[in-house]
This record gives sequence, C-alpha cells and structure tokens, in this order.
Amino acid sequence: MIEVQELTKHYGLKRAVDGISFTANDGEILGFLGPNGAGKSTTMNMLTGYISSTSGKALIDGVDILEDPIKAKKNIGYLPEIPPLYVDMTVKEYLNFIYDLKKCKLPRVSHLNDVCSLVKIDHVYNRVIKNLSKGYRQRVGLAQALVGNPPVLILDEPTVGLDPKQIIEIRTLIKKLGKNHTVILSSHILSEVQAVCDRIVVISEGKIVANATEHDLSDRLTGAHILSAQIEGDYETVAKAVLNIEGVEVCKQINERDGVIEYRIECETGTDIRRELFFAMSKIGCPIMELKNSELSLEEIFIRLTKGSDIKEEQ
Amino acid sequence: MGAVFRREVLSYFTSPIGYIFLAAFYAFSAFFFASSSLQAGSTDMSSMFESLMLLLVVLIPILTMRTMSEDKKTKTDQCLLTAPVSLGGIVAGKFFAALLVYTCAVAVTVVYAIIVSGYAAVDWLVIAGNVVGLELFGASFVAVGIFCSSLTENQVVAAVTSFISTLALTMLSLVSNLVNWEPLQKLLATLSFYDRYAGFTYGMFDLSNVLFFVSAIAVFLFFTVRVLEKRRWA
Repeated sequence: MIEVQELTKHYGLKRAVDGISFTANDGEILGFLGPNGAGKSTTMNMLTGYISSTSGKALIDGVDILEDPIKAKKNIGYLPEIPPLYVDMTVKEYLNFIYDLKKCKLPRVSHLNDVCSLVKIDHVYNRVIKNLSKGYRQRVGLAQALVGNPPVLILDEPTVGLDPKQIIEIRTLIKKLGKNHTVILSSHILSEVQAVCDRIVVISEGKIVANATEHDLSDRLTGAHILSAQIEGDYETVAKAVLNIEGVEVCKQINERDGVIEYRIECETGTDIRRELFFAMSKIGCPIMELKNSELSLEEIFIRLTKGSDIKEEQ
Repeated sequence: MGAVFRREVLSYFTSPIGYIFLAAFYAFSAFFFASSSLQAGSTDMSSMFESLMLLLVVLIPILTMRTMSEDKKTKTDQCLLTAPVSLGGIVAGKFFAALLVYTCAVAVTVVYAIIVSGYAAVDWLVIAGNVVGLELFGASFVAVGIFCSSLTENQVVAAVTSFISTLALTMLSLVSNLVNWEPLQKLLATLSFYDRYAGFTYGMFDLSNVLFFVSAIAVFLFFTVRVLEKRRWA
C-alpha cells in the first residue's frame, strides 16, 4: 500500500532524510521509531505531500505523491504532530469542513457520527475547539484524519502530551484501526511502538537503522543480559559474590539508600543469572530487595542497532 | 475550493476582522457620501468613489492580513496542503471569500445612489461604472494582500507589506511624472492602478481597464500559488 524508495530531503546543506526505503503492506501497523530530529516528521510530511522530497519516490497505493498528488492524497488520513485545528470552529463545523475539503462521498451525518463515536468526541461535538483540553484536541485531530475513511493513516506522535489514561485509549483505538487501515505511526517511545505496531522501522539521523517485526526487534534489543538489582548488605561482600557467578562480567554500584545498594550487573549475552544470583545472595545473607531487567534507553538502542554489538557504556 | 471558501467566509464573521472591516468601510463611506453628495446637494458621487479608493489602501490589508499567514503560523496549512485539493483551489477559495466580504462593503454605495435618486435624477451608467471600477480595484488589492500574507506568518508584517504594496501601486502614476525617460514613464503610467481606476469614475467603461485589473488579480493569485509551491520545495 505504501512504498517508499530512496526518499531524500535536504534542507540547505542538512540532509534531514537520507535515502530511506521501506514498505507498509495492507492492514499493517508500521511503527516509525526515532529520537527528536531523526527525520520522522519530515518523512511523514513527504509521504502526505505537505513537503516535497529532494529525490526518491513515495507511492501511495501505487500513485506517486508528487506526480498525482490529488489522487494519492485521497487515500491518506494525516494527523500531524500538532493537530491542524481551526480553533475558532466547533467540532461539528470543523469536521464538516474537513468532509467537504476531502470531497467525501459517504453519507455526511452518519459518517461523521461514526467517526465521532470511534474517537469518543460525541459529547463535545457542538463545543468550540479552543475550549477543549489537549486530549480532546488530539482526538479531534484523529477524527479529521479518519473522515472519508481513507485506507492509509499516517499518525505523527499521536500520544504526545496525553495523560496515561488517554495514551492507553488512543493506543487501543489505533490497534482497532489497524484492522481496516494501513497505519504508519511515529513515536520516540520504544514501548509505545512495541505495544501497537506489527513492524518497526528505526530511523536515526535520517537513515533507517532497523526494519524488522516487533518480535525480531525485541529479541535484538532486549536488555535481559543487564540486570538492575537492589541488595541489602556490604558492597564488597555482595560484589565479590556476584562476580563469582559464571557469566557475570561487570557489577557496579549505581546508588545507595538506607543500606540498600543498587547494582548494575552485566552478563554475557544469552546468560540468565537470576537463579544463581538468588542462591548466592541467600548464601551470604544479603536479601535481594528488587531485581529487574535493565531497560535500554533510546540512545542505547541506537548504539546497538548502528554498531550491532553489546553496549559497553560506562555509567 | 468550495470548502475553503465557506470556511473563510465563516472565519471573517467568527473573528472581529470582518466586522471591523465592514464597520470602518460603512462609516467612512457614509461620511464621504454625506459630505460630497448630501451636503453639497449634488448627484455626482465620483468624489466619494475617489475617496473610497484611497480608503481601500488602508482597509484591504486589514481584511487580507490573516488569509495565508495564520494558516502558516497555526500549522493549519498542513490540513489544507495534505487534502485532495489543488493549491490553486485553496488560494481561489480564500480570494473569493475575501472578495465576498469586500463586495458586501461596496454594495453600500448602491444604497447611497438610491438615496440620491430620491432627490434628483442620477446618471446610473456613471454610478455603475464607479461601482464596477471600485469592485475591480478592490479585488486586485485583495489579490495583492493575499500574496503579501503568503510571504510571512506574522499578520502585522503581512498587513504592513500589503499596505506599502498597494500604496506603491496606487502611486505609480505620480512616480511616472517624476521620471524623464519616456519608455519608463509610459510603463509606470500603464501599470498605475490609480489611472486605470480613474477611467471608471468618469463613467467610461474601457475593456482594457477591466482586463488590466483581471490580469492583476490573476498574476498575484498565481504568485501566491507559487509561494505555496516554493515552500513545499524549500
């Protein structure tokens, strides 16, 4: 449904997007992951025809967005990072305007009612947009993308600025939409794309550094070989016992509070030392207060993906 | 185009801009009408139309300052430029919306003419020429204002640029009198909006003047489309 071929965008001498290629198939939710400034929004703006590419192609259902923009745009619903809302209009006026703008052929009243029910904005339908909260504005933004029932949805950081309850609701909604639409979703939060997307494209400094299914990427990025443990007891005794466990490479103190020390324990890849750690600490009488897999930061993910090796980062 | 047109017309009357423009136009035109026709006891309304022309230099920038700049500032242009609508359609929708508001303002001059006709016979052809001339003159200024608005995201800058541009276009004939080189003098006089409009105030309906204003509108709207296009390619 969406095919991107060697898409490049220059802003003067800066290469914001550098020859990226990927495909999003019908009914797939594709996650676009990258830090701020990685080129996610620029790519999305090129896909939707808001800006043009310097070179390369973006095909929406086989139609080049630059060669036949009107035909290509008919298939796209776009929610930019800042929802493009006319805040002086009511939700009803705004959605009717979008309906007319998209030259929608579906029955007006029932279609807009369906869209409003889907994103749960029925009860604010007659309210002026400028009086709505950030969460509702985001929903109205999503509603305008859904008007006309376009087969392709492009959502640029749809959960940014929302509270946790709203984030869960929007994620659930996107998953639901993914059953009938091809969705491209951008985010700089790994857990978000993992929760929602079938496939993840990781972008850094305008280049794709990974393009894999959620499952494959999780395996590659798992931080299971790095543990974070809070253990009560003397540092020297605990560190010595931990380093004696087979497979442990590094054990260092991160923090200390009320006699409980937080350790970062790095092991050989593929090694699970949790049982051994439990018995070792039990043996020396140092209770484990907390034990968890260390989560990788986005920076660590990029280092791993770009270098393809374990993290040897000093903290 | 229709959707953009309707949204723009609505926005003129959900914000103070439309009301300020119409109120100012009606108030000043009433003053000019009262002083030049009613108090003077004359059916000749040409001096009122001439005064209104200069008023437009100030009022049109107020009407058009937000047309394109506000979309750029609030990022609502993303909604327009990613919709299945041509750039020409977007610009035309905004132009015709501003033109409708402006036409509502100009329509009051017809009311004045009807009032005068109650006292004495009026030359309706001269008045029709004046109204058409004022409409075309203002429409070309609206196109200039929309173009200036597309160049910036700051409404004040858009209004000031528009004011300077329309004033300069009106004053071209004065500038041409100061130039000694004949070809340039002719060129400036030909492009002078004031000279083109003056013909209408005498009751002369010259097709070349009509074509001049229509061409000016087309050129500035085309420039606006190019500005939008250039922004995409920047």
